Amino acid sequence: MMPKECDGPGVRMGILEPRQMTGDCFFSSGQGICSGFQFVEMSSRKLKSNNLKHSECLSQVQRILRERFCHQSLHSNLFGVQVQYKHLIELLKRTAIYGESNSVLIIGPRGSGKTMLINHALKELMEVEEVSENVLQVHLNGLLQINDNIALKEITRQLNLENVVGDKVFGSFAENLSFLLEALKKGDRTSSCPVIFILDEFDLFAHHKNQTLLYNLFDISQSAQTPVAVVGLTCRLDILELLEKRVKSRFSHRQIHLMNSFGFPQYLKIFKEQLSLPAEFPDKLFAEKWNENVQCLSEDRSVREVLQKHFNVSKNLRSLHMLLMLALNRVTSSHPFMTAADLMEANQLCSMDSKANIVHGLSVLEICLIIAMKHLNDIYEEEPFNFQMVYNEFQKFVQRKAHSVYNFEKPVVMKAFEHLQQLELIRPMERTSVNAQREYQLMKLLLDSTQIMNALQKYPNCPTDVRQWATSSLSWL
Amino acid sequence: MKSRQTYSWVGRPLLDPKLHHQTYREMSVKVEGCSTELHIHVGQFVLVEGNDDENPYVAKLVELFEDGSEPRSRKRARVQWFIRFCEVPVCKQHLLGRKPAAQEIFWYDYPACDSNINAETIIGPVQVVALAPDEVIPTDLKNEKTLFVKLSWNEKKFSPLSPELFAQLEKLQEGSPRCQKSVEAKTKNIESPSCTTAERAVKRVESRHSSSKSRPAPTHPVTPRARKRLELSSSPRTPNTRISRQTSWASPDSPRRTKRKAALSEITSPSKRSQPDGLQTPSPARKAPEKTGEIQRRSCAKDDKKVSAERHMTLRPRVPALKTTVLSEERRLTPTRGGRRSSMVPSVILIPENIRKREAEEPEAQDEAVSSRHHTSRKSSLLTLNQIKQQLRFLGKSESDSEDEEFLPAAEIPDSSSEEEEDSTSPLPRTPSGASRNLRSSTKLSLQTPSKTPKKTPKPRTPHHATPRIRSRNLAAQEPASMLEEARLRLHVSAVPESLPCREQEFQDIYNFVESKLLDQTGGCMYISGVPGTGKTATVHEVIRGLQQAAQANDVPPFQYIEVNGMKLTEPHQVYVQILQKLTGQKATAIHAAELLAKRFRTQGSSQETTVLLVDELDLLWTQKQDVMYNLFDWPTHKEARLVVLTIANTMDLPERIMMNRVSSRLGLTRMSFQPYTHSQLQQILGSRLKHLRAFEDDAIQFVARKVAALSGDARRCLDICRRATDICEFSCQKPGSPGLVTVAHLLEAVDEMFSSSYITAIKNSSVLEQSFLRAILAEFRRSGLEEATFQQVYSQHVALCRMEGLPYPTMTETMAVCCQLGSCRLLLVEPSRNDLLLRVRLNVSQDAVLYALKEE
Repeated sequence: MMPKECDGPGVRMGILEPRQMTGDCFFSSGQGICSGFQFVEMSSRKLKSNNLKHSECLSQVQRILRERFCHQSLHSNLFGVQVQYKHLIELLKRTAIYGESNSVLIIGPRGSGKTMLINHALKELMEVEEVSENVLQVHLNGLLQINDNIALKEITRQLNLENVVGDKVFGSFAENLSFLLEALKKGDRTSSCPVIFILDEFDLFAHHKNQTLLYNLFDISQSAQTPVAVVGLTCRLDILELLEKRVKSRFSHRQIHLMNSFGFPQYLKIFKEQLSLPAEFPDKLFAEKWNENVQCLSEDRSVREVLQKHFNVSKNLRSLHMLLMLALNRVTSSHPFMTAADLMEANQLCSMDSKANIVHGLSVLEICLIIAMKHLNDIYEEEPFNFQMVYNEFQKFVQRKAHSVYNFEKPVVMKAFEHLQQLELIRPMERTSVNAQREYQLMKLLLDSTQIMNALQKYPNCPTDVRQWATSSLSWL
Repeated sequence: MKSRQTYSWVGRPLLDPKLHHQTYREMSVKVEGCSTELHIHVGQFVLVEGNDDENPYVAKLVELFEDGSEPRSRKRARVQWFIRFCEVPVCKQHLLGRKPAAQEIFWYDYPACDSNINAETIIGPVQVVALAPDEVIPTDLKNEKTLFVKLSWNEKKFSPLSPELFAQLEKLQEGSPRCQKSVEAKTKNIESPSCTTAERAVKRVESRHSSSKSRPAPTHPVTPRARKRLELSSSPRTPNTRISRQTSWASPDSPRRTKRKAALSEITSPSKRSQPDGLQTPSPARKAPEKTGEIQRRSCAKDDKKVSAERHMTLRPRVPALKTTVLSEERRLTPTRGGRRSSMVPSVILIPENIRKREAEEPEAQDEAVSSRHHTSRKSSLLTLNQIKQQLRFLGKSESDSEDEEFLPAAEIPDSSSEEEEDSTSPLPRTPSGASRNLRSSTKLSLQTPSKTPKKTPKPRTPHHATPRIRSRNLAAQEPASMLEEARLRLHVSAVPESLPCREQEFQDIYNFVESKLLDQTGGCMYISGVPGTGKTATVHEVIRGLQQAAQANDVPPFQYIEVNGMKLTEPHQVYVQILQKLTGQKATAIHAAELLAKRFRTQGSSQETTVLLVDELDLLWTQKQDVMYNLFDWPTHKEARLVVLTIANTMDLPERIMMNRVSSRLGLTRMSFQPYTHSQLQQILGSRLKHLRAFEDDAIQFVARKVAALSGDARRCLDICRRATDICEFSCQKPGSPGLVTVAHLLEAVDEMFSSSYITAIKNSSVLEQSFLRAILAEFRRSGLEEATFQQVYSQHVALCRMEGLPYPTMTETMAVCCQLGSCRLLLVEPSRNDLLLRVRLNVSQDAVLYALKEE
């Protein structure tokens, strides 16, 4: 999605190029137009070019903001993590400048800015002149380097050691390990180039066999070899318990916690900051107006409600970005500024119950089956059921009460039942075996009764008898 | 730059019918600006220009011919190479089994090596003396231009020269005195103010020669090499004494040796008298060169020769005068063969020392029956060790840069030339100059890459494994500026302390164990256990360091030390590969390596030295069949193996818990357990590290020591906390210049940061919905009385709670997201989320903690 969007403005710019002059002419009067067409003398041509101007601005806005929401841009400020940042940067600097080995874990829930913190720190570190040429970086991710062998190869590659002895390097796992250890052992504090290891998803490395990689990295960091800084990023609070005792002993026990420890006022501030256009936006007037609008939004009561609700669900900034992204997508040239309604809509999208949506798309027969299952759950207290039981329950309903529902044949009902299974609204208790009779396989409903009732409220054209049956299994009496 | 040399043929060409070459008997080298010429004959030994100007290649000239097909250099020569010890691949150097003599070279018996060279790369003739296998290489350092060949090297092993070869070489060297003289005369004339590097070698040889005759000579500026060369001059003696001792016992038929033996028995009485003296000055051999080094360093303006003269001056007084005379007279009497006399005589100066060293050993070697011997000798060795340490420390203060070299065992400096290329693990290909030289620094990473020349056969001389290295930094690391930075540096775990406080008893026990095994020349196992961070590995390293120093001082027999770590292996059987590689430099598969090692350790007389093997993290070597452990403990039981195995693991009862009976029985009962440090010990450790450095308050040190001792007794933790506290201290007092002392408050903060559980803060900082979900879990637990609930149950509670608190209705999807978020932080333990409603939820924190965290607000 992003690349396509990024192409947009460029193409449009190309089209606009010849009209640059006219565009400039209207620049001064732009404000008036935006504030609402009081100027009567407006030729159609002028209006058109003005719209183009608008759309150009908007596409720029969308590009800038989407980039901000989707990428972890390093230009944005850090929110409320100055202390942690200082700690980390000092640590990295000492490795880079004094050649002191260190190890540290950055712990925080998902979306709390762990990667952003380390990226910021590395960026600042690399801006220091004496450091930039003196530091090697190795980035590993537990999701990519799923075992130590792959990790070792990746380290070797990133350290540019792979071409040292020709084809010899990428031999067996054992050779790789001894090769790398040898390489790191050769160095000493004062003369070797420090290496910063960044292990993303650190907890996954702890699941590697024997934790060989971690042991060796921490061992290097605790002995007089090549200076290294091992930075682990993880969201698990119990990470230290995952480490084996000898690995744990070698780890320096430095932890940096990122906890999203801000309150709602700061959240609001972040919201404003994330949505505001930067000062270097080309069209100053538009940017001014946009920012003014954002300010208005942040003071709007309904917007605050939306944000408060969102904040209550999750504090992490990634979900805020998601919300803003959805709202931003509603901004068009005819609807140039974000409104409170946009945000509310976006919030609704965010907090929508996905299963209720599936239920809305079911046939009446399937709805009936689900209601039958609900009743079975009520009667047998969450015990699993099979098709036959559901069918019997359905039969009872059809025979005694139903006016609008056909008495479908059993295979048809079976088909509907299987469809529900495919939608994962019901789930077999154990794995389906080939020779087991389908009718008697035990199933569980994956919908809560409140969910079913809510969905039925919104279900289009729901027959009244079905609805009645849903409220009580005894309604036919 | 290089003075031009013109090469021209002498005599009439002989046409070789087969090769269409014109061959010559003799070549003359004429240096521009000099009138004299240098004549080189076929059959002579020559120096050939190589990569290393200090050590030009040595070869025997086989043929000189003119090759029309070669465009650049028409004058070609065919040679038989000799190889210097430093050119042998490092991984194979130990195959020699002893330390090489300074001027020892080896017949290079490797047909694949290119022997066709450019004749213009020949520098000049050299004298090579062939020795019979049982002859001792004279350690004459002054007569440097003579080289000795005793063994041949074929890239696989060292073997004695074949009789035909020996005879051939012997014959050649008969004509050598004449040759040498002429060479001398000529090289003297060659000396030009702008001498080439290649020629400098020759010149230096020459000047050394003259200095040995103590003639006044023109002064040379002191080169940085001079010091090292002097220091190193003592190192070859160690192997020499050993060899001579062994051979002298082995072959008493030689009249010369019996004489010497008699001489030895003669001086035993004075030696006993001088034993206390020997204890006080334990290693004259080591001390002397160091002293000279010192003197030399002080007077760096002094020229080369004066220093070398000084060396002799300092050496002589240390040798008891009486003995020297007696011995040298004895030596003079010994019948020496005519041709070799010149090379034998200078060694007399060194002999007294050798014998003196033997005196100390002799009682040990001979009266084995004396039971108290071990005790005294061990004590003496300890004393010696301490003295060496003190001395080294003293030296280290005067100049720290030499300290590293001092600590190295002599084995690592096999030859004076090796320090020139101590990094290069491989011999550089033997190409005559030029091409290979500029290839050498071709790679960006400062790694020693093999410089291959295309026209050579690549196989024989390429390295078997080049040791890689992280590139070095461009800017030097900054040195600590402030007190706190200095403290931080010293507190780092990697900073190796001069001695290990609080582990004296353990040190002594391990030292005694290994030493006794070394002295008895037997094998044994030891099991060392202790929780992490109690100094197990550090203590063993300290012991080995001590023993290596003792071995240098000849207090214990020399030994080979190998270290493997179970955690640094990918799987248990790799331990064989590692051991074999460190032992012999061979590479093999695990199975093959196991066979080779078994053969080595189980068959008679395969190893001459005792091997000390340290196996760290032993528990990782556990396999189903336990064959790795079995082998490790079985080898030392063979008498021929002479293997001492020290094993380290964390658990005390490891042998009982995981080992089979036959394995644990072989391990034996030599156990040692390292107790966690007590607070006073930790305090002492910190104190010793922070000696003379006032960065911490006394209370603060005591506080952290007590804290850590109560928690784990892990010294690493203790150091880490202190290090972090220095950070906090530096951070808290922003005023530059006066960082102040680290107080208890700083340490408290550091301890809190490291050990306090983060669960409570995490709960406090979680979102409203997350908190209410936790409440719902608690409510559900209370309702059901179980510690586990399904998501569906919790959800219904959650909905009710939200309604009560006036929160908007939480949808299932939102709640699920909240649950997963808590699960990813491990505040909850949840099943994989594909179970959906049925996934079971459990708290990972105690209910009280959750309640406490939620109540705070």
